[in-house]
Amino acid sequence: MSDLTPSAVIIGASAGALDALTEILPALPADYPLPVFVVVHVPPDKRSVLADIFAARCALPVIEAEDKEPVQSGVIYFAPPNYHLLLEDTGSIALTTEEEVLFSRPSIDVAFESAAEAWGSNLIGVVLTGANHDGSRGLATILRGGGTALVQTPEGAYARAMPEAAIAACPQAKVLSLSGITDYLLSAPR
Amino acid sequence: MTGTFERIEDVEIRLLLEALYHRYHYDFRNYAMSSIRRRLRQAREDFGLATITAIQEKVLHDPDMLPQLLRYLTVQVSEMFRDPSYFRAIREKVVPHLRTYPSLKVWIAGCSTGEELYSFVILFREEGLEDRTIFYATDISPEALTQAEAGIYDVDRMRLFTENHRNAGGKTSLSDYYHSGYNQCILDKSLRRNVVFSDHSLVTDQVFGEMHFVSCRNVMIYFDRALQDRAIGLFRDALPRNGFLGLGAKETLRFSEHADSFREFVREEKIYQRTEKCPT
Ligand SMILES: C[S@@+](CC[C@H](N)C(=O)[O-])C[C@H]1O[C@@H](n2cnc3c(N)ncnc32)[C@H](O)[C@@H]1O
Repeated sequence: MSDLTPSAVIIGASAGALDALTEILPALPADYPLPVFVVVHVPPDKRSVLADIFAARCALPVIEAEDKEPVQSGVIYFAPPNYHLLLEDTGSIALTTEEEVLFSRPSIDVAFESAAEAWGSNLIGVVLTGANHDGSRGLATILRGGGTALVQTPEGAYARAMPEAAIAACPQAKVLSLSGITDYLLSAPR
Repeated sequence: MTGTFERIEDVEIRLLLEALYHRYHYDFRNYAMSSIRRRLRQAREDFGLATITAIQEKVLHDPDMLPQLLRYLTVQVSEMFRDPSYFRAIREKVVPHLRTYPSLKVWIAGCSTGEELYSFVILFREEGLEDRTIFYATDISPEALTQAEAGIYDVDRMRLFTENHRNAGGKTSLSDYYHSGYNQCILDKSLRRNVVFSDHSLVTDQVFGEMHFVSCRNVMIYFDRALQDRAIGLFRDALPRNGFLGLGAKETLRFSEHADSFREFVREEKIYQRTEKCPT
């Protein structure tokens, strides 16, 4: 990757996502210098309300990603329902309607893996609450690429299966409370 | 990271796509890399091959391998009345304009296995426009086109299609248009009365006529931005002033060099209308 490519944060969450994200995303200040991608399992209706909900609560602009959107620092991108979110090396978002992975579209693994290819060691991957195993494979890929892996403490999670699976797949991951994750993200760019 | 050097696998992918183009004239060279990479890795695994180069070796010398590989390089996922609100918007906002024309041409570009096409035909029949319309259904996948022409779908998909049709403001019952066999539903062949199926690539082929409506949904997401512009250029040329272009729910003309040739007609549904014919 060239030095011009911004570093990035990618977050995956499922059951309990709304409350967990509410502790993290609104805490990011208006001058936060990284793009933040958020992949949440939502039913495949055409419109998700997540981006709207967080747009009202966050200092950063929050949008539901569209295809070939150029990635900008300081923007929070939600994966749209019924598409996989991929990141191109060229610094833009690519959406696909390929088959579901682990019954999910968007799939956290798919998004994490392509983000790992695009950002390598400049990527922070975060796995939050969820009642399935999505995200653990992708988080392992992020670690293999030299990136950083954060996982929500299972005991504090609304649903612990997803963080537990991520920790099992990534023993080197930093296991933190939601406020710990927030602090890490806040200090990471400096 | 690897600095200015490309990953070996990316080099292999580029060479494979180059080989496919020279040998078979299928041009995937400017498709979005992240998705192609994913699917070729899957193909390599499923074929039990060690490298992408090994796929290239096989497909170059064995034409029977081509259809198998095309199944990975194209994504055949579709639904009848996918995003019902898109079809509702066509019914409520576009159809009143289309009614004013004595004859109509509709192009379903990248029609896959036919679900989108039949959604249009049924909607047009319900609105009394079918008889004056020719539908062009095009794709690059011969297998998909064959299935589209057959119009046979698994019974267990019909519940979703029926619900979509109803949410799209359907005025009839979807079951009026098919009969059920064992595990399959066979669409009434009268739905194909005014349909022309054709092998056509948005990458390598030209415009074949003037259209009143082009629907191209979830096809260009597989292209890079330059290739999207090529395809959108075709639609621009195929559409007269006030012609309509419909895209997938998360596709946009915002980043296109042709954005000026269109205006948003139903913004939330990605339905655009052609403005002035370009001054050339
Ligand atoms: C995901 S499907 C979209 C199906 C349908 N339009 C829908 O939205 O439900 C994508 C289709 O695009 C076709 N396709 C890919 N490259 C193409 C090209 N260069 N020209 C025309 N069709 C293409 C594929 O073969 C596949 O059938």
